[in-house]
Amino acid sequence: MATDNLRQALLIIALVFTGLSAIADSKILATGGVSGIEGGSGGGVNPWALISGYGSSGEWGATAFSTHVRIDDFQLWSRGGALAYGDRVELSFARQTLKVRPLDTSIRQDIVGLKIRLIGELLYSRAPQISLGVQHKTLEDNAIARALGASDDSGTDYFLAASKLWFAAAAGRNLLTNISIRHSRANQNGLLGFGGPGDPSRWTAEMSAAVFINDHWLVGADYRQKSGQLSSVDEDDWSDIFVSYLPNKRLAFVAAWAELGDIAGLQDQSGFYLSAQVSL
Amino acid sequence: MNTASGCAVSEPRSHRAFPAAAFLASVALAVATILSGCTSMTNEPLFERLGGESGLEALADAFLIRLAEDEVVVATFDDTDIDQFRGHLIDQLCELSGGPCTYEGRTMAEAHSGLNISPKQFNSLVEDLMQAMADVDIPLGARNELLGMLAPMYHDTIGG
Repeated sequence: MATDNLRQALLIIALVFTGLSAIADSKILATGGVSGIEGGSGGGVNPWALISGYGSSGEWGATAFSTHVRIDDFQLWSRGGALAYGDRVELSFARQTLKVRPLDTSIRQDIVGLKIRLIGELLYSRAPQISLGVQHKTLEDNAIARALGASDDSGTDYFLAASKLWFAAAAGRNLLTNISIRHSRANQNGLLGFGGPGDPSRWTAEMSAAVFINDHWLVGADYRQKSGQLSSVDEDDWSDIFVSYLPNKRLAFVAAWAELGDIAGLQDQSGFYLSAQVSL
Repeated sequence: MNTASGCAVSEPRSHRAFPAAAFLASVALAVATILSGCTSMTNEPLFERLGGESGLEALADAFLIRLAEDEVVVATFDDTDIDQFRGHLIDQLCELSGGPCTYEGRTMAEAHSGLNISPKQFNSLVEDLMQAMADVDIPLGARNELLGMLAPMYHDTIGG
């Protein structure tokens, strides 16, 4: 079922782009970022201020991705894509399926995102590239969330992200940094529902740093504060170390080791993150 | 916490009680240490690392070849005196990188006014330069440093 809908979504994106004659090729390699688990452009776990794909002014760009996270007691699949116009606006979609192994059950969540680049150019401006983003998350399977005390099945995150490339900043290599602030009511990214007995909403910070080993390889780390409201279970901040490989403007791959802490009462969850992305 | 003595770099183990900044700093330190190969960085001036005057001449020639093959930008050079452009380019890169030259051409804003250069064309030109620098084997650190010096010219070049 879920895969059928996903196939349809990807087919629509593919058809839209067959209709557009040119494949976007107008930005420097890697400046479209890679697909985040929430669908929009980022470094993997954190969304960045970058706009997906390689379209410049007056052009469209698009990405489709599949990401798999395998930690001790859970497996997460996130699949989706993004459509971008003019290196300015990005519309994204992600369908997340979390398999909870000890309970032999799955939780599905859909995320629709919109991101707008407000000011700045990642490579060219003194100030960072700054974007404003919105993510509307809808939990399709709410039994576990409700059992743990979440008050809502959907929620909207707002974030402001600043990304900048620092030329020759790390042993002669280029350094990419991102800092974001996010306003959210999500428990574990929304997979455990929204809100709860705690504060109604919370501001959190996200940080990423990556070094370009060369034009095609990046090594970096993410840190993401979490907004969890549940009193029944602990929620920890997330961190990961990643390697990204972008052989060309069409393909991107990410491999990471993620430390996600306690999730739904299961302690010290850590494991691998693997992602593949196609850009048009 | 994560003192890199010599080549030994410890990895962060758990994110718990691990403040974000310390986590990112330790990873950056680890990467930088590995990249620098534990050797002290050379402080040779950029002009020398670009190969001096002959290096810049070779770079300018490689760049011109890349530009001539670039459909996105080649038309903007229709009215350009290529010999003069080459001379100005070498002088400008030489001056910018700390070499013994003085650029006497027009400012970037003057030189590009009326050309209506698009971000797509600018990016394409940057890619040509990146490839040209690789073509003539300029070391990665020098390439990145030069790109960083040229990047702010975007705002004088685009549009107008």
